[in-house]
Amino acid sequence: MRKIILSLTIVLISLIILILFLGLKTKKIYDTKDIIGKPISKLELKILNENNNFNTADLRKNNFTLINFWASWCAPCKKEHKHLISLKKKNIKILGINFKDKTSNANEFLKKLGNPYYLIASDQEGKTSVSFGVYGIPETILVNKDLIIVKKYIGPLDKNDVNKILEIVNKK
Amino acid sequence: MKNFKQLFISLIFFGILFSNLFANDNLQNKIYKNLRCIVCQGQSIADSNSDFANTIKSVVNDKVNEGMNEKQIYNFLSQKYGDWILYNPPLKGNSYLLWILPYVFFIIGAIVLFFLLKKTLKHKRY
Repeated sequence: MRKIILSLTIVLISLIILILFLGLKTKKIYDTKDIIGKPISKLELKILNENNNFNTADLRKNNFTLINFWASWCAPCKKEHKHLISLKKKNIKILGINFKDKTSNANEFLKKLGNPYYLIASDQEGKTSVSFGVYGIPETILVNKDLIIVKKYIGPLDKNDVNKILEIVNKK
Repeated sequence: MKNFKQLFISLIFFGILFSNLFANDNLQNKIYKNLRCIVCQGQSIADSNSDFANTIKSVVNDKVNEGMNEKQIYNFLSQKYGDWILYNPPLKGNSYLLWILPYVFFIIGAIVLFFLLKKTLKHKRY
């Protein structure tokens, strides 16, 4: 009898330790692992400075597209801008999605820092960006021609990210 | 009599209209409470007034108006942000332990209690 109670108590304590251990290991922040390998939503996006729309299905024309979420009021976006320009110089197609921004400010931003985008869509309410799993900017998504998300970057791109993107694009 | 009839019909009409509006409001609030604000510390979308939470509220409202049900909205958001956005994670391979362990604890606890009580009662008898 004593043996049974003892072994059950040991099992119970082991389970509690296991739970605490798993709890410590669990990441309490959002990461991108769930979205990698999934297709992006097929959406109509309003083109900045135009009355036309653009459908994300059209991105199939490109082998890879980098979708960059940015705004003129976003300081880290300024920081990563030079890296986007360098990617453009390497013939990477970048679709810019201007997030919760004034068109005039967005235009001013691009005039000052250069335009790395082959196309710019506008998401003034930020609702479209939810379909891309965006929760803050800057965020950047690399999609292949099947519109599958290959890589997602949260925060400003840096030199390492640029090299990684070029590596992925040039490998295939 | 005619006026009374018109008033009665109007009341029914507005009654149905407002009950639908309130039903949608309740559904939306229920959904907000079950969604985690992933940019906040321990707050639900309902509790938070952050930019992200307000955008998600707006998207949920749109989805409800489009006719999506609660489950479809959770599916949509978990596809975009992962199960982390849900306060009630679905039963999947990596969450089995989370769902099963409370029952395991309960059963083990009951067995331990049963044996302890049995032992105590046995001693008391003598």
